[in-house]
Amino acid sequence: MNFLDQFTSIHLDVLKEIGNIGAGNAATALSSLLNKKVDMKVPDVRIVSFNEMMELAGGPDNVVASVFLRIEGDAPGSMFFILSLQQASRFIQQMLGDSSLSLDNPPYDEMALSALQELGNILSGSYLSSLSDFTKLDLYPSVPALSIDMVGALISFGLIEFSQVSDYAIVIDTALNEDDHHPTESVKGHFFLLPDPDSFEIIFRSLGVSSYE
Amino acid sequence: MNMVKAPDLIRTSGLGSCVGVVIYDQVKELAGLAHIMLPDSSLAKGGLLNIAKFADTAVKELVNQLIQNGSRTYALKAKIAGGAQMFQFANSSDLMRIGPRNVEAVKHELASLKIPILGEDVGGNSGRTIEFNPKTCILKIRTVNKGISEL
Repeated sequence: MNFLDQFTSIHLDVLKEIGNIGAGNAATALSSLLNKKVDMKVPDVRIVSFNEMMELAGGPDNVVASVFLRIEGDAPGSMFFILSLQQASRFIQQMLGDSSLSLDNPPYDEMALSALQELGNILSGSYLSSLSDFTKLDLYPSVPALSIDMVGALISFGLIEFSQVSDYAIVIDTALNEDDHHPTESVKGHFFLLPDPDSFEIIFRSLGVSSYE
Repeated sequence: MNMVKAPDLIRTSGLGSCVGVVIYDQVKELAGLAHIMLPDSSLAKGGLLNIAKFADTAVKELVNQLIQNGSRTYALKAKIAGGAQMFQFANSSDLMRIGPRNVEAVKHELASLKIPILGEDVGGNSGRTIEFNPKTCILKIRTVNKGISEL
């Protein structure tokens, strides 16, 4: 049986709720860090081909700033926090109070990179800890790594686990927007949560949803 | 995995830990490109096997298709790019080393088929977009920070 045929709409709803709770907490953390309102979209749970996954973040050639971490513990997986370069620059300027910092051209400022990594750390940490409370699973984030590069190059790394069982991935995608900026496609922040294939059953069981009929 | 004949070009975007393998026959102006995600098909767990993403199966299949399309085995050459380590982690588990492992596997496979590698740009830590022209046999490599280079 194909790995992805096992999922029903109930399963996808459960995953959506997971994204909702996790990203909700992360958005709150972001909001208090920047001291401004942050809008969050209702999460999307999608079963996508690897190419479609790249399109979600603006196409494989699009250059973005991404914080990546591995989730370790009961239900391993990968997590990306992806920002456009403009948005990342703006966040850094707001956090550090220095409007001269930008990520438009390398070499990037050490302080700016470090701030962005910390931002990713705090947000993904709050995402994961709420997820961990909700599911009663032990989930530990690895130390996050930051990279500024093409979407395709970055995301394919998170798809390695999936690529061993399927050509499709299940992605829990939540888009974030600052309130006072016009939401255009290019300035959205994304959380991508990619549980490893074996983790789905563990997550469903922890929430009392019988897996796979 | 795809084939191309001059004057068309073939490209793949956003190679990270993946490896792009171009195998070509210059005289016939015929080239094939495979986008390798994983080093070995034994890593596949159940289900249908997509041979295009594993180094061992994809390289063999690419060569088969080239020959079916009129390439000559002895004339085949290869150029490879990719296999970067996109994120730096303190603990480098096997998963984290996937880029270098892909490169090793591709080289091993090409060596066993006796296809010489005439150009390579592998490793490092930046993503690559590659484009191959079967007429000139030049592989154009674009990275975010270092611009365009040619092999």
